[in-house]
Amino acid sequence: MSALRAEWVKFLTVRGWVIGIVVAALVTAGIALLNHSTCGGAVTPGGPQITGVGCAAPPAGPSGVAVTDRYYLVHQPLPASGSITTRITALNAGQGPGGLPPWSKAGIIITAGTRPGSAYAAMLVTAAHGVRMQYDYTGDIAGRPGPVSAASPRWLRLERSGDTVTGYQSADGTRWRLVGTAHLAGLPVTAEAGLFASSPGSSQVTSQSLSGSSAGGAMTLATATFDHVALDGARPGSRWAGSPVGGPASGAGFHQAGGVVTVTGAGDIAPYVGDASDGGGIPLERTLFGAAAGLIAVIVVAAMFMTAEYRRGLIRVTLAACPRRGQVLAAKAVVIAVAAFAVGLAGAVPAVVVGERLMRSRGNVILPASTFTEIRAVGGTALLLAVAAVLTLALGALLRSSAAAVTAVIATLFLPYLLTLVALPAGAADWLLRLTPAAAFAIQQTNPAYPQVSASYTPGNGYFPLAPWAGFGVLVGYTALAALLAVILLRKRDA
Amino acid sequence: MSTAVHAEWIKLRTAPGTGWLLAAVIAVTAALGTAADAAARCPVGGCQLDPAKTSLTGIYLGQAIVVVLAVTALSGEYGTGMIRVTFAAMPGRAVVLAAKAAVIAALVLAAGTVAVLGSVLAGRLILPGHGFTARHGYLLLSLAEGPVLRASIGSVLYLGLIALLSLGIAAAVRDTAAAIGIVLGLLYVAPVITAVLGRSAAARHLQQLAPMTAGLAIQATTSLRSLPIGPWAGLGVLAAWAAAAMLAGSLLLHLHDA
Repeated sequence: MSALRAEWVKFLTVRGWVIGIVVAALVTAGIALLNHSTCGGAVTPGGPQITGVGCAAPPAGPSGVAVTDRYYLVHQPLPASGSITTRITALNAGQGPGGLPPWSKAGIIITAGTRPGSAYAAMLVTAAHGVRMQYDYTGDIAGRPGPVSAASPRWLRLERSGDTVTGYQSADGTRWRLVGTAHLAGLPVTAEAGLFASSPGSSQVTSQSLSGSSAGGAMTLATATFDHVALDGARPGSRWAGSPVGGPASGAGFHQAGGVVTVTGAGDIAPYVGDASDGGGIPLERTLFGAAAGLIAVIVVAAMFMTAEYRRGLIRVTLAACPRRGQVLAAKAVVIAVAAFAVGLAGAVPAVVVGERLMRSRGNVILPASTFTEIRAVGGTALLLAVAAVLTLALGALLRSSAAAVTAVIATLFLPYLLTLVALPAGAADWLLRLTPAAAFAIQQTNPAYPQVSASYTPGNGYFPLAPWAGFGVLVGYTALAALLAVILLRKRDA
Repeated sequence: MSTAVHAEWIKLRTAPGTGWLLAAVIAVTAALGTAADAAARCPVGGCQLDPAKTSLTGIYLGQAIVVVLAVTALSGEYGTGMIRVTFAAMPGRAVVLAAKAAVIAALVLAAGTVAVLGSVLAGRLILPGHGFTARHGYLLLSLAEGPVLRASIGSVLYLGLIALLSLGIAAAVRDTAAAIGIVLGLLYVAPVITAVLGRSAAARHLQQLAPMTAGLAIQATTSLRSLPIGPWAGLGVLAAWAAAAMLAGSLLLHLHDA
């Protein structure tokens, strides 16, 4: 305890260190205020003007996440209890370049309504990912794999009982297999049930730069052929009606002849994945990038906090006063970690609060994140500063050189991320962001990558290869190793 | 001046770390460049990669060691008190700084030349095997080609200017950790902030003004039109940074007690 107090006094009485750590908080918050991106602005003076595409907020799904909800629906009302069954014999490209995107979908759906963002559950076939049961945008359960054809059709069924919808698949229409069950909160007594088709735009990354990657995309259409359509519990006398959900698309529609229904649609029913190319939907963590500058200040102070002891010979006094060397290092680590965490929080909270308002005031759309996710991103940023400070401290004790400690930590924290933005191809970049301490920046990521949406999930677009806490764990691992070695060497070596 | 340069040469030559740091500049630059070459793929559909830039990726890491070398050459003297002996022997502080700059720049340029030649050689050997062939519109990486020669010479000069920038900052703040933090912050954090600024004119201006993003424009050999700043103009921006840092450093060297 006395060691802790001694280190705390040392830290507070060096003016340069206190200034450095306060600067860390100021730059963390200050850089968020520099954001001048406006929705609909030109990227380069005289360059192409980005029109208002994507400047409108994407609709929110039942759980609050931003969603893409655009498809062609052929529907009838369905009461609280009932089912819909059909057979799909084909899923083909309507028009447009090349074949179907892998996540083109068609099938049956029970939805709260035709308003974008409605609760739903669907049994569907995809172009390249087999049969799926999907619900409420983020839910995705795999069914039988393989493509659909006239020779190998798929039977799909959805049964509704109140808020619960159960999905079944079959190869022959007699032996059914359960795929999954979804509980749709707030499904109205009279829902809509029907057939749908959707096909996401084909997208290809064309160039990668510091401000994200740009992608060129084209609209695609998918056409599905249904027969043996049966709706149990339908109101007598109801007829199938076509609705372009989320806005019309040229070429979309349906055709009914002698028990065979073809539905053509464009779009996707999926979580919204912000893409730099469409000019809209900025992830919340953009406001936290200032922490990178704050991190440098914290690293410098942490290195000095350790190596100054050796430079001035103070370490001999310190170890004379507190002969348990491990305790000295632990006390130093606690002091620098607490200080870094505090300034990290003091910088990150205003950065998010003010930065978010500032971006909104310029017409940008911030992608919604749950409160828990926001707290994780903000608190994680502060933790990142704290752990990086301890890593620097440990390396300082290990190497007894501030130059080596500062350079090692800055280079391993920042360079991998930079290299992924400017130099390295995606595969190598992902491995770099898994293996180096830079993986820890994943803690700031607020939008998860969804396997059921094709997009360029690159670090430049805000997607890290590791999950937030796993990435943070990599930094913690390196720090624990460095601290262990530092304690061992501090005990062994002469001071 | 020549005695000052000679004195600085002896100091730097006999300091234990110098040789290791210079060797490290060469090793990490060539190693990272080779790794980037090995990871690069140019499939049948074509690719957007710039082969010269890919081969010279190592400069991103090599510059960090140059920073350490240049900063510690001066701040190390403050750390040990040697600086008082130096100034007693050579009272002209600007002369001391200029002599240090000359010696360090010469060493860094020499090491940088070896590192860049190694990187280009690695690119020449590795890239054709990964699809960078005439069929996909790529020539064999060669210094006889104007843009590749410019990228190579420019990368060596880039390292030299980084050394001067670091020395100037070290003279201004006189502390190893703080000087390295400031220089690496200037180099590595500016691009991250560019990402914060998003799609705006401010982001483009920052790319034109930041020392690393502007200076490394010299490495581009393809799609020059999409660069935020021209290759030589970009290196000029870095030269301006280095000159400003050296000027500020020599002023503060005069003002402060050693």
